[in-house]
Amino acid sequence: MLALLGVLVVVVGFATKRNPLLVVGVAGIVTGLFGGLSPRAVLADFGTGFAASRSVTIFVITLPVIGLLERYGLREQARALVTRFAALTTGRFLALYLILRQLTAAVGLVSLGGPAQAVRPMVAPMAEGAAERRYGALPERTRERIRSFAASADNVGLFFGEDCFLAVGSILLITGFVNTTYKTHLEPLDLALWAIPTAACACLIHGARLLRLDRTLERELAAAEGALPRADVEEAAT
Amino acid sequence: MIQAEWFYWLVGAVFLAMAGQMAMDRSNPRRFGTAAFWGLVGAAFVYSTWVADKTAPAEPLGAAVLVMVCLAGFGFTGRGTVPAAPAERRAASAARLGNRLFVPALTIPAVAMVCAVVVKGWHIGRRPVLQAGSETILGLGIGTVVALVVAMLVVRERRPAAPLQAGRGLLETMGYVMLLPQLLATLGTIFQAAGVGDSVGKLTEHVLPHGQTYVAVVVYCAGMAVFTVVMGNGFAAFPVLTAAVGWPLLIQQAHGRPAVVLAAGMLAGFCGTLCTPMAANFNLVPATLLELKDQYGPIKAQIPTAVALLACNIVIISVFAF
Repeated sequence: MLALLGVLVVVVGFATKRNPLLVVGVAGIVTGLFGGLSPRAVLADFGTGFAASRSVTIFVITLPVIGLLERYGLREQARALVTRFAALTTGRFLALYLILRQLTAAVGLVSLGGPAQAVRPMVAPMAEGAAERRYGALPERTRERIRSFAASADNVGLFFGEDCFLAVGSILLITGFVNTTYKTHLEPLDLALWAIPTAACACLIHGARLLRLDRTLERELAAAEGALPRADVEEAAT
Repeated sequence: MIQAEWFYWLVGAVFLAMAGQMAMDRSNPRRFGTAAFWGLVGAAFVYSTWVADKTAPAEPLGAAVLVMVCLAGFGFTGRGTVPAAPAERRAASAARLGNRLFVPALTIPAVAMVCAVVVKGWHIGRRPVLQAGSETILGLGIGTVVALVVAMLVVRERRPAAPLQAGRGLLETMGYVMLLPQLLATLGTIFQAAGVGDSVGKLTEHVLPHGQTYVAVVVYCAGMAVFTVVMGNGFAAFPVLTAAVGWPLLIQQAHGRPAVVLAAGMLAGFCGTLCTPMAANFNLVPATLLELKDQYGPIKAQIPTAVALLACNIVIISVFAF
């Protein structure tokens, strides 16, 4: 039971906004030592854990490409492109991205999106561009809101799309755990099929919330429309 | 043929090269601390190869991780001012290059897709071209290398240091938060080794009333979500709650259909992932990448959807499993 102290460290650390790396380090040491591991074993666990989880950090490899393209105006072009489609509002665009993200993840193409490769360089600027065409320069708060929703569309689409695919980690974890622990024969296909109802709910619920974002923007920005001249858009956008 | 470890060495080399640039960047008041942090990350990426196949001791790597934690945790890292291209020049370049700018960006997923679907089946002799089981991450690596070449051609950039500088700028903008997901995964390993899962399982068994199927459904789903919020990962919550509630009560006692219970249960955990800073790669990294002032912006945008979907999962199990 003493090992749970580490969980407490994490909760309190995040709640009081301590430096997250320190929180994780301290929590690991506390958990290990109170959980009955020797200091040497804790050190070894930090090492093996780091080595085994390198795949979470590999998206760094895309940064040079994305950074170079951004220097040559990728985000500006993303904004400019979306303003050509008059019917594409921020909410509709993000709902469309949500559906695309879900469908591609459901056939196993999880690396098509992602915050570094897609949301920062393309999706967020396009969502902002759609709002800028309508309302001119955006206040800081609105810009933050649109970017947050762009990130949310990527996450929701990924989480509730990928489980409809057979060979994804979570499905394999379920069958692996259950079949070895309880000696049954659970088929991945069955699990993937039963992920579809939740996926449909996710699409409807988050899609509806994204579409409603348009009305929120309308309400917030209609008053401010024309208050800032169009020429400021580029500057505010940086 | 092509090993996943080669790709990790490439990532490590990129970190080391960027650390070299950081050490020489006089505009960064803490340039040596920053360079030491990312240099250590790069070296650890390479050294991990031998820890992973158990031919080198893991303790030095663990010590290096704790040094990284201290460097970032006690404020020894900072950021320089990588000269950004001025807004007018970016706009002019966007106007000149137009939609060609999207080609390299889309090359990454396109090549990754081809690798995961087509190249996966290729063999030379009897050995697969891409290491089995690592096709997706190798696809990402190969896609990025191809995209870099395409990008240099599209924007007519000849200096190989230019993309590295631009990437380093992004890395410094995001800062040490970038490494948080990996450290949280490491923490998960320690939680597992120290038996945190078993303790939580015992706790749930204590508080749960017997014989009430629908209460058990709620406890299973809500437990998955809450435990995922704490651990940052539905994968860690799943074995614990399935062993404590899902299997004994919902499947054995109430004869629920395993596929429905377990699939929806896992997805209930994902609702927790949408709400927690512990899932840093999904929630905090995007906030820094998008340069949000409110670190919790994406989480706030996701919470209503997560709560509604948790309710959906409870309903789905209640209706379809029994």
